[in-house]
Amino acid sequence: MGARRLTLLVVLALLVIAAPFVLSSYWVGLLTEVAILAILAMSLDVLLGYTGLPSLGHASLFGVAAYAVALLSTRYGMNFWTCVFAGLVVGTLASAVIGLIVSHVRDVYFLMITLAIGMVLWGLSYRWIPVTGGDNGLSGIPSLEVHAGLPFAGPTAFYYVTLVVFALSAGAMVLLVRSPFGLTLRGIRENEGRMKSLGFNTWLHCYLSFIVSGFFASVAGVMWAYYNGFVSPTYLDLTASSELFLMVTLGGPATLVGPVLGAGMIVLLKNVMSAYTARWLLILGTVYIVAILTAPKGVWNLGSRRSA
Amino acid sequence: MTASSTAALKLEQVSRHFGGLKAVDGVSLTVQPGERHALIGPNGAGKTTLFNLISGEFPPTSGRVELFGADVTKVPAYKRAALGIARTFQITKLFPALTVRENVLVACTALDRRRLAMHRTVASCTDLRDAADRLLESFGLLPHAAETAKNLSYGDQRKLEVALSMAGRPRLLLLDEPMAGLSAGESRSMHELIDRLDRSIAVLLIEHDMDVAFAFANRVTVLHHGRVLTEGSCDEVSANRSVQQIYLGDAADH
Ligand SMILES: Nc1ncnc2c1ncn2[C@@H]1O[C@H](COP(=O)(O)OP(=O)(O)O)[C@@H](O)[C@H]1O
Ligand SMILES: [Mg+2]
Repeated sequence: MGARRLTLLVVLALLVIAAPFVLSSYWVGLLTEVAILAILAMSLDVLLGYTGLPSLGHASLFGVAAYAVALLSTRYGMNFWTCVFAGLVVGTLASAVIGLIVSHVRDVYFLMITLAIGMVLWGLSYRWIPVTGGDNGLSGIPSLEVHAGLPFAGPTAFYYVTLVVFALSAGAMVLLVRSPFGLTLRGIRENEGRMKSLGFNTWLHCYLSFIVSGFFASVAGVMWAYYNGFVSPTYLDLTASSELFLMVTLGGPATLVGPVLGAGMIVLLKNVMSAYTARWLLILGTVYIVAILTAPKGVWNLGSRRSA
Repeated sequence: MTASSTAALKLEQVSRHFGGLKAVDGVSLTVQPGERHALIGPNGAGKTTLFNLISGEFPPTSGRVELFGADVTKVPAYKRAALGIARTFQITKLFPALTVRENVLVACTALDRRRLAMHRTVASCTDLRDAADRLLESFGLLPHAAETAKNLSYGDQRKLEVALSMAGRPRLLLLDEPMAGLSAGESRSMHELIDRLDRSIAVLLIEHDMDVAFAFANRVTVLHHGRVLTEGSCDEVSANRSVQQIYLGDAADH
């Protein structure tokens, strides 16, 4: 990363921290959304950008964790840390099970099978009404500040909690992709056959990548449940997974920073545009085509030859 | 044979069929530790397919593959690598978007217990980085360490191809036409690199050029239509009538 980009990041970080002092609570809320979805987008980047496994069902892992939090906090009145822990464990376990199925296939087959499993989970959230509340979802999740017993409450307090979670998650994922394991993921993306003949059990690496990615998707899912105070099947649907996919490809895969920018662009675009039109998917499609034509490697890779 | 001289490689009646085509047809072959063995034969003779059977790319239709005394016929490629075998590919197989140093680093990680480590950076594993740089140095690639592999010249890509295979300190090395497509100068420097390899490593070399093969090897196996036509010392093989015929015929094609 060049000095110019580093400067840009530092300035952005300062702006983000100062934001609640200058912005209205509407914009603070949007920034909170961006930060949570950015964690989710980065988690997909580990899988899609670094490992080369294109998942079209990633939102469902996020959704599973969110539902776990919702169910335990509303139905069973569990305390904050139990809910958080359960959300992370359930989401990660779900990825461990799904990973067993999907980590044997690659490329377009991976895309299709993750899509199919995502649809199944969405169907479950929609149809398993006694547990999930069906179309209505589950509402009444306590606010995180109250549930966790924080001395401060309100959108600004939640915003700063989210920033902390974001910073920890982003830091962990940055370390991950720079670790020996992260290097092996890029090796698999570049040439899996060569990795095998060098002595790597590439299946294991892909499987672990899927689980790690599922863990961070769960972190985002837990935060999303608390942010909205309810969960619904739209968290797991194909639109959610596609938007997520677009955040990564639009922002710049295998950069981690790119997906954060992608999350920002998609969230802002969606909120601005929804004031004018209901044809969000049409706009999304158009953005995708324009992005492919003008910045095929993503916005963060514009004007640089080198990518991770 | 004594117990202390277990063959590095032993093939017994190994075959591989593709549909009706017998690409490899009942090949038996032994390579001793430290041996320099050349595998020659015209295009389509089944040399690369035989390499694939040895490295475990796919299983043989029939027959038995032994590495260092262990039956590996049904063992996947990545586990064979852990036994001490490495190979290069006729068609270069690098990690194109990674830097040259990263290419070698990932290869050095393959048989290291830190390959699954997620809690520290590669940069903090100074011994891995040193090992990678020593390897790059010995292949004359250190000046290109920071370049992206796909931007290397073809000659340097071929060197990197061999460097990757050396990262795991193999005891048996399979080289599939390392000189193919190189200019005369590049070819010579590749030849020197291969000649300089540690003498304890057994090397099985596929080479199209008979002069190069004979200059390199102690023993030569000639493959033709998937079968072993003959095997012996360089002198024996070059004096063989049918080998001369194949190669004269082959030469007439060019
Ligand atoms: N994966 C494969 N599927 C079908 N046929 C193959 C395959 N690999 C090799 N062959 C065929 O097997 C024969 C031997 O090929 P190969 O081992 O590449 O020869 P060589 O390396 O000696 O030039 C050729 O006729 C080739 O077309
Ligand atoms: Mg060949």
